[in-house]
Amino acid sequence: MRRIAVVGGSLAGVHAAEALREHGFDGDVTLISAENELPYDRPPLSKEALLNGMPMERLSLRAPEWYEDNAVTTRLGNAAVRLDTARRTVLLDDGTTVAYDGLVIATGSRARRLSSTENAPPVQILRSIEDSLRLRERLRPGQHLVLIGAGFIGLEIAATARQLGLDVTIVEVGRVPLGRALGDEVGAWFRALHARNGVEIVCTCTVEAIERLGEGAVLTLSNGRVFNADVVVAGIGASPVTEWLDGSGVQTTDGVVCRSDLSTSVPGVAAAGDVARWYNPLFDEEIRVEHWTNAVEQGRRAAHTLLGHGEAFSAVPYFWTDQYDARMRFVGRASAASEVVVKESGDDRLVALYGRDDRIRGAVCVNAPRELVRYRTAIRDQVRWGDVTETPSAIGG
Amino acid sequence: MGMKLVLDLDACQGYANCLIESPGLFDLDDRTDKAVLLDETPAEDRRAEAEAAVRGCPARAISLESS
Repeated sequence: MRRIAVVGGSLAGVHAAEALREHGFDGDVTLISAENELPYDRPPLSKEALLNGMPMERLSLRAPEWYEDNAVTTRLGNAAVRLDTARRTVLLDDGTTVAYDGLVIATGSRARRLSSTENAPPVQILRSIEDSLRLRERLRPGQHLVLIGAGFIGLEIAATARQLGLDVTIVEVGRVPLGRALGDEVGAWFRALHARNGVEIVCTCTVEAIERLGEGAVLTLSNGRVFNADVVVAGIGASPVTEWLDGSGVQTTDGVVCRSDLSTSVPGVAAAGDVARWYNPLFDEEIRVEHWTNAVEQGRRAAHTLLGHGEAFSAVPYFWTDQYDARMRFVGRASAASEVVVKESGDDRLVALYGRDDRIRGAVCVNAPRELVRYRTAIRDQVRWGDVTETPSAIGG
Repeated sequence: MGMKLVLDLDACQGYANCLIESPGLFDLDDRTDKAVLLDETPAEDRRAEAEAAVRGCPARAISLESS
């Protein structure tokens, strides 16, 4: 193997390139990115970068010299549009091709957009640095921000906007925020957190119409309420970027279908990060994980697999979100849980556990990092549900 | 040659990822909400854990040097 192409200037892509070099691969490494910037970190885009602005040097995952020092060739501003696995080439949107012997698919996901009507004002999304900068310009004190969707991105933007002095309303189709991800109990806790900070979350409700009014909009909700918004942002989830793989023979079903070692249906092709769907033996299910740490570790694992050192990827997913003074960390899986137990709940603290098949599968900890460590170990060791729910959670200190 | 963990407290944002990746090497200070390095020169058999902590820090506040 002489040439490895990494498609996606993403967290997973950078870590794949880094792991290739760490493993002694001395052939060509080409990193292809649809974005114009060197790969950067996304979590701050809805938080610190939106609140205070952040220079590109701090957002960049690696300094420009790193790419030179590691002989990683970058093709920035060039989206991959087609993959030819017979000829082993990637076609880019400028008409050029990149030939490879090994390929890492790390194209990530893109924010879903509302299906918009013709005279609807632009509803913003937040995924890229451009999105963040554009939104930052619009977040002025005293204005009314309406967020569509009370998922993690929406809630983080809400918290940032409150700190910037805006009035914030969130419209959510579910019964509570984060309900689909974390269940009603934890969702209700987050709704109360935002209510204490002056954010109204209108639940079980959709936006029926959005009409332009000056720079802003008039929104009509399904419950009959009508109100004005200066800024409208949709945070309604993300979809894996896989269209460029159509016809390539790489199997996709809501993401790239991977084996447990992140290899795909085509030899010499592996996938990592948001785009990869793989079988996680720890949870006995096929999952796709859109988390930061997962992208780091899968990028590395995909590189190892290409170099012939594949092994099953069985990490415990880990995720965080910071809103106001609440630092929430989540480990494991909640979506398929049949049991939820709230161990501790107060204004500034929350510990909730998720179980299925008599095993602990997930844990939410707000401002409780040591509990998180303990439950992460319990999930990895597949501790019995009764053993974690019946013991007191208080840990000294 | 051993390894030496270095924690940059100015860069630390209190994410607690290090504590999650390698609980024996890091803790969190409840007052400052910043990481605490418990073992600056961990034994060689903890290299994987130490490297995971370095990679897992979104603030890039941890580095690993040879000692």
